[in-house]
Amino acid sequence: MSTSNVVAPPGTQNPKSPQLRAGVKKNRRQQGRWALYLILPTLVLLAVVIGYPVVSAIIMSFQKDAGLDPATGLFVQGGFAGFQNYAHWLFQQCAGPNGESITCPPGNLGSQFWNAVFVTFFFTVTTVVLETVLGMWFAFIMNRTFRGRGLVRAAILVPWAIPTAVTAKLWYFIFSVAGIANAVLGAHILWTSDEWASRFAVIIADTWKTTPFMALLILAGLQIIPEEVYEAAKVDGATTWQRFWRVTMPLVKPALLVAVLFRVLDALRIYDLPAILTGGGGGTGNATTTLSILVVDQIRQGFNSASALSTITFILIFLVAFIFVRFLGTNVVRTQEAQQKGAK
Amino acid sequence: MKAARLSVIAGVAVVGLALAGCTGGGSGGSGGGDASANLTSKGPITYVQGKDNSNVVRPLVDKWNAAHPDEKVTFKEQSDQADQQHDDLVQHFQAKDSGYDVVDVDVVWTGEFAAKGWLQPLTGDLKMDNSALLAPTVKSGTYNGTQYAAPQTSDGGILYYRKDLVPTPPKTWDEMLKDCDIAKAKGIGCYAGQFAKYEGLTVNVAEAINTNGGTIVGDDGKTVTVDSSEANAGLTRLTDGFKNGQIPAEAITYQEEQGRQAFEAGKLLFLRNWPYVYNLAKTDGSSTVKDTFGIAPLPGVTADKPGVSSLGGHNAAISVYSKHKATAFAFLKFLQSEETQKFFVTQGSLAPVLSSLYDDASLNTQLPYLSTLKTSIENAVPRPVSPFYPAITKAVQDNSYAALKGDKSVDQALKDMAAAIKTASAG
Repeated sequence: MSTSNVVAPPGTQNPKSPQLRAGVKKNRRQQGRWALYLILPTLVLLAVVIGYPVVSAIIMSFQKDAGLDPATGLFVQGGFAGFQNYAHWLFQQCAGPNGESITCPPGNLGSQFWNAVFVTFFFTVTTVVLETVLGMWFAFIMNRTFRGRGLVRAAILVPWAIPTAVTAKLWYFIFSVAGIANAVLGAHILWTSDEWASRFAVIIADTWKTTPFMALLILAGLQIIPEEVYEAAKVDGATTWQRFWRVTMPLVKPALLVAVLFRVLDALRIYDLPAILTGGGGGTGNATTTLSILVVDQIRQGFNSASALSTITFILIFLVAFIFVRFLGTNVVRTQEAQQKGAK
Repeated sequence: MKAARLSVIAGVAVVGLALAGCTGGGSGGSGGGDASANLTSKGPITYVQGKDNSNVVRPLVDKWNAAHPDEKVTFKEQSDQADQQHDDLVQHFQAKDSGYDVVDVDVVWTGEFAAKGWLQPLTGDLKMDNSALLAPTVKSGTYNGTQYAAPQTSDGGILYYRKDLVPTPPKTWDEMLKDCDIAKAKGIGCYAGQFAKYEGLTVNVAEAINTNGGTIVGDDGKTVTVDSSEANAGLTRLTDGFKNGQIPAEAITYQEEQGRQAFEAGKLLFLRNWPYVYNLAKTDGSSTVKDTFGIAPLPGVTADKPGVSSLGGHNAAISVYSKHKATAFAFLKFLQSEETQKFFVTQGSLAPVLSSLYDDASLNTQLPYLSTLKTSIENAVPRPVSPFYPAITKAVQDNSYAALKGDKSVDQALKDMAAAIKTASAG
């Protein structure tokens, strides 16, 4: 607001002459134009790499998938579909033999939508909670001064440095029937096939891989907390527990929330780990099928329906992100500002 | 402050948009190229195939180029992942790329590509002579009564068994189940195939159904036929096997490799697998069955007819957008020539499509599994040549997997399978 009052209203005491005022005005306008020219390449680039795919995906999601011409056996364009593709996913509506609408039978991807939503959110909640708790613990360890700290830090970071595909393959061997996991536990668990075992396999592998990321971000938050604050708290007679809840937590919260937000968005679109580890299988065959796996499966059966599904997925992720920023993110911004003020 | 908050929201929105954009994919639709254009035109062409693991394509291309200096073939090598090869082909076809002249297609993609109008029908001037080929391989390249792809290499399932424990291999499924008592006495598993939920499951279920005389879809690749009593009997064989412990419970996690490892470790009496296992089981350091295993055709229902294998392998097809179709056609014939086929099998262990090579004495000494493989391929049935193959295999996998695990009755599984395939082809 403060930068936009270009011209003072007439009648107020303005020492500048009208000509000078016009010059300033022109200058400002030129500056504005320059700014526009300067950000134009960025805007064009964004429109091409983000705007175009999203808009075209949304347009495609309203088209029917190609159907067969019974006479030639060749595919023909499906035409306008309205909300049919969305109803297919949200309400499990499939086309019946005579073109009528029926409930999608098992084995049709449409019947798996809500299961995939559940699986995705289940993975998100469990992995993020586990990773936050463990990450916090790791961060506290790494924040201490002790001999061999460098070694511990490096060791904790190793899983994060391994590509997800390799991680998934690694755990695939560990969780195979004749693998180490069963040998150590002395059990005979079918990790990639049982409903809950397969889900836990994914959760364990994901937690192993991403906890270092959480630990790093939380460590960054911990390191900006000045030592004096703790000393003051100690002098005031605060117990370790009180120091944690009253001093550490409020001060590390901004960094923690950002880390959690990143992880939540990441976990909601998880694809590679379950796709390689279990192939989305387990249980009756779909215990670890996440939304992204479902999208990729559908791409092979029809682009337009897949576009509808990816649009739904995008809206879901966007809503979660929005809720996060709206109810917790506002807090992030405020505390950071407050912190900066306090530090100066 | 408000601006800061807005910028955070905007940032999140941009990230979200980017994520969603990634999954957009290309546009579907139809409209192939002109199937009557460039039929007699000759010139340089490109041959597209997945990763050439055993280095067979380059020597062949060099040989061709030496003989055809004006119609040189360039080899474009794709990745070794089938899904990536498929998507790469789809993208080039959608772009009407004339740079992909001859493409190597997995047998299960033929229907989809043909129905999209991307493959040149092999009719008229481009008609292939199929008389020397194993008949089922030709069927795998035929959609809706028209041949679109020329068989290049083949593959069929065979039964590996422990000849030290079972002197004569079982001819029928019932005989095999009787032999399971031997496995039980030895404390090892009896039979395994590929039952994890992936393409291999479709292969194994299709084999069970076809062996009992059932089919999954009709010849048009569309009419659902899986809700028959024959199909029911076929799938029931597998579910009973799991229920009665003749198929060990962990086989539900097996792909080709896990089954091979279990067999080589001496933990299985019978294994259904592809011919590639033969050499590995003979030579692997960890193999405990080097001299104690034998091979036989898959067990059938009655002793006079072996089991029906699903067909593996690849076909070569001409892109409808190719500018030099006459050269492409000559190259297809070159790929099917006896010399090339022999080179495929000796150099790359790729099963030939020419019937005569299986009876070649010197080849048989080198590759003792050839005669068994011939029986397998002669009796094989290709998986459905259907434009809706991805939906069909998904329907088969999901429902048969549930049936094998006992979560669903065979009746219900086949009913759901039929319904799911119907919705796919109705879409």
